[in-house]
Amino acid sequence: MVKQTVIATTGNSLVAEAFRQCAPDVVAAYPITPQTAIVEDFAKFVAQGRVHTEYVCVESEHSALSACVGASAAGARVMTATSSQGLAYMWEQLHIAAGLRLPIVMANANRALAAPINIHCDHSDIMGARDTGWIIYFAETAQEAYDNTLMALRVAEHPDVKLPVFTTLDGFITTHTIDRAEIMDDESVSAFVGQYEPENALLDIENPTSHGNFASLGGTYFEFKKAQREAIERSRSVIKDIGDEFSKLSGRPFDVVEGFGMDDAEIAIVTIGSTAGNARHVARELRAKGVKAGVLKVRVFRPFPSAELAAALKGVKAVAVLDRSESFGADGGPLSLEVKTALYDAENRPMVIDYIYGLGGADVKLELINQVFDDLTDLADGVTKPSGLVYLGAR
Amino acid sequence: MANIKELSRREDRLAGGHRLCAGCGASIAVRQILLGAGTEPVVAGCATGCLEVSTTIYPYTSWKTPFIHNAFENSSATISGVEAAFKGLKAAGKIPADKKVKFVAFGGDGGTYDIGLQALSGAMERGHDMVYVCYDNGAYMNTGIQRSSATPFGAWATTAEVGKAQQGKTQRRKDLTSIIAAHGVPYAAQASVSHWKDLTAKAEKAFAVDGPAFLNVLAPCPRGWRTKPEDTIQIAKAAVQTGFWPCFEVEDGEWRMTVNVRERKPIEEFLKPQGRFKHLFTPENAELLSAVQAEVDRYWNYVEKRCNCG
Repeated sequence: MVKQTVIATTGNSLVAEAFRQCAPDVVAAYPITPQTAIVEDFAKFVAQGRVHTEYVCVESEHSALSACVGASAAGARVMTATSSQGLAYMWEQLHIAAGLRLPIVMANANRALAAPINIHCDHSDIMGARDTGWIIYFAETAQEAYDNTLMALRVAEHPDVKLPVFTTLDGFITTHTIDRAEIMDDESVSAFVGQYEPENALLDIENPTSHGNFASLGGTYFEFKKAQREAIERSRSVIKDIGDEFSKLSGRPFDVVEGFGMDDAEIAIVTIGSTAGNARHVARELRAKGVKAGVLKVRVFRPFPSAELAAALKGVKAVAVLDRSESFGADGGPLSLEVKTALYDAENRPMVIDYIYGLGGADVKLELINQVFDDLTDLADGVTKPSGLVYLGAR
Repeated sequence: MANIKELSRREDRLAGGHRLCAGCGASIAVRQILLGAGTEPVVAGCATGCLEVSTTIYPYTSWKTPFIHNAFENSSATISGVEAAFKGLKAAGKIPADKKVKFVAFGGDGGTYDIGLQALSGAMERGHDMVYVCYDNGAYMNTGIQRSSATPFGAWATTAEVGKAQQGKTQRRKDLTSIIAAHGVPYAAQASVSHWKDLTAKAEKAFAVDGPAFLNVLAPCPRGWRTKPEDTIQIAKAAVQTGFWPCFEVEDGEWRMTVNVRERKPIEEFLKPQGRFKHLFTPENAELLSAVQAEVDRYWNYVEKRCNCG
């Protein structure tokens, strides 16, 4: 374990700190609430000469990611950050960054999408990016946002992967509240992330390469997409290996799904991001009363840890999936669709109900989590039957 | 400036055997501009469009220099990133501090005047050391001759049709070169593939300046203009001689006409050989034809005035 310093700061500041410690060659970014503090803090580091990064203050999120694509293809280590409408504006470039196999790391401050306009937390933005070919980490706390960023860079630049990675944190809840965190010294981070050794860099002038070619004829596009699928599948073991390595270094546990009370749980909540804390708090209270309640937090959403999730939910009678985003017209939110798919081939699969909650920053009070566990108890006891999607806490 | 003998000795960075149409102005523009880069290494970017599609069919490439295509609207933003990487890698000591590389981004008029204008404006304002080249053929030619904001007033396009109620494009062409010049970039110019000396000299200047430079190059499209492939240069020349396409440059805010047209020819000489203007020559459209001439005069006078006033 390396020596670490305990500090009290916001998730955004910690992400900016992680960026600085990773010493990217290029950051191209545009400010958007609630991500803004990341790019502001980073601008300070640049102004203070604490990082060598070429910091490109572009005119839009579309150009931010476009410039990141150019810089990454050129052979640079590249990082950026965005949120909500900004991420939506980048959508086209998300596919291109992944298709060109560029190891860009992007922090996303999870935030609702308009309309109506809303600046607060939900996962509509990042869930919209779930099929673009990026690896996606979720952070429950500022500490995880910091840790995930460092691991993400290693995964992105790993020769077996070479894919862009999101490290997300919940808007305002994790980005703006002051939290306790342990940070490593610069040398330890440097040693952990290492130097980036690009392949086929545009700036390798002596060996000219063409990037982003036209692959419309003879099924070559299809072959590229298959290779992309294979790369994200390979990332599963890389994510775990790097997680283990980081865990030893930091003393903090890491897994793609992290359980609380799951060894003997009869009822369980599956959730993602900052809500896991509240869910765990309520489960702990229920356990004191003898209720076998558990919580399963999904820390890496892409590639989706189906096998780990199915294994963790084995033997559970009733499962609630808390979705902080919509998938209009589908039978549940994005997380529940994944969970149900993961359980389809499982023996003795549990009953699953989906709760859509907290859209646009709507409060996630402990009473609501209690209500979910009460519902699960009734289900597990056979008092009620699954009734389809529940809009939790909405009038 | 290099003479033709010197230019002929320079390496062609766009290989033959690409799949652009015979007579396409784009490849002529690219070759002339890359010759202007001299012997220094060049990284080229390109917007989605004919030039990209026809030169990079996987697993082949016609680019004998590092090349990147990203999307339709962001050639300028992409090359911004490449240039930033060059600086960042130098700052990190991963590239020698004295290493010299030139950066150029190409886009057609659709990817430049229209969907790419924001990204281009951003790149020019930020001051990246790059040359942006618009090869202007006056329409979305890659998708089949739809009007762009570079399409001249009165021209036919598949989205500015000719019929009982409408006679081609009803709006004037956007003056992109002035827009970019207004950014205060060190160098902005308008040139034509027909005037190779003027164009290569401008390319040399554009590559030589420290900071962003912009070239708007008239590059006829035989398919879209409804002209014979062998007439490309002749028609581009007519565009200059009639004053439709004034060749000028703006160097540190100083405007200068670079091709002197002593006596402008009537616009008919540019329009007549092109199928996209044939409706202008019917008796009932005589007034429209005069309006086209008036629009050409207006723009010419504007540029001339700017050049004379400095």
